[in-house]
Amino acid sequence: MAKALVELLKKQFASAIVQTHSQCGDETVVVNADSWKEVARFLRDHQQASMDMLTDLTAVDFPDRDPRFEVVAHFYSLSRGHRLRLKARVGDSEGENAEIDTLTDLWGSANWMERECWDLVGVKFKGHPDLRRILLYPEFEGHPLRKDYNAQDIQPLVPYREVPNTEKLPPFGPDEGMPFGRQTHAGFDSDEVN
Amino acid sequence: MGELTSTHVLETGEGHGFATTKAGALLAWAQKYSLFMYPYVTACCGMEFMSVSSPRYDFSRFGSEAPRFSPRQSDLLWVVGTIVQRQAPILRRIYEQMAEPKWVLAFGTCASCGGFYDNYATVAGIDKIIPCDIYVPGCPPRPEAVLDGLMLLQDKIQSGDRRPAIVKPRIDPVADPNQGLVQLRRSRPSRPPV
Repeated sequence: MAKALVELLKKQFASAIVQTHSQCGDETVVVNADSWKEVARFLRDHQQASMDMLTDLTAVDFPDRDPRFEVVAHFYSLSRGHRLRLKARVGDSEGENAEIDTLTDLWGSANWMERECWDLVGVKFKGHPDLRRILLYPEFEGHPLRKDYNAQDIQPLVPYREVPNTEKLPPFGPDEGMPFGRQTHAGFDSDEVN
Repeated sequence: MGELTSTHVLETGEGHGFATTKAGALLAWAQKYSLFMYPYVTACCGMEFMSVSSPRYDFSRFGSEAPRFSPRQSDLLWVVGTIVQRQAPILRRIYEQMAEPKWVLAFGTCASCGGFYDNYATVAGIDKIIPCDIYVPGCPPRPEAVLDGLMLLQDKIQSGDRRPAIVKPRIDPVADPNQGLVQLRRSRPSRPPV
């Protein structure tokens, strides 16, 4: 079913489609970032597609690629029972200019998913009504799911307690517990930890 | 009053008699059996907390009965579950609002040391923010381990010992190889063929 949909998209947006592929019966269409919203609107409104549900919207970081990020949306049609995955590639190798049109005015569910995407990967959604962080706190700097963010870089809201022993707290044996210095503060010298 | 070791019963008789003890020991004895608790439940360990507080295990038998949902009225802060950086100021504030004397119990591995969450979002143990008296390891800990932790805390209150402590396993599989999980499983009779 979705195969026919891919053919339809190819006919309709010949110049916008970068690539299509199929994996285990799941169809994927990669489009230009500029025609992202146009294709999405077509998928929602065209009678043969009628994608009335945006199941998921996320982004993937490929640090070696240019454009670096891949925005992925999964659509499902409740009336027709078929799925389609739509991708678009954005951002340069430095992670700048990662911008794409918002889908909030087409599907309400895009609102929070785009906020999450901005929060963790740092893809900007143009026209989003309220593009704030959703999972992390506003003081957080950077986007932790980017591959160049060190996963152990913490940005604590509360200063950590000062303890004389920076390795282990008293009750823990040498093979127990987590040492104090394992996590590092992002943007600080390691001497300032703890 | 078996725990009051310094108590001396001087005279007994028909409905008469008196005992002497130290005021501090009496106060500690009263404190350890009237631990008003503040459950700070954030994650999956909460299920085990419900189990240990419900009739089957029932820690109210040990004098830790009444939950107080105001930190100003509680003595014992149960930190049950993972604490993320975003929650750290809240936890710290709740601890600061509690009146002395106060104790903190870290319930489960995440609260004790961060568990396997070694990343930007998680506080690697509540002792990085607030002082902690008892650590109960386990993911989640068995109710028996929680009861052990509670009784360990009561011993510490009685003896006036404010050093943090960790609940050790009742049977250490490393020390006794015959008690390891693999051995226990092998010793079990195999399931009859269906």
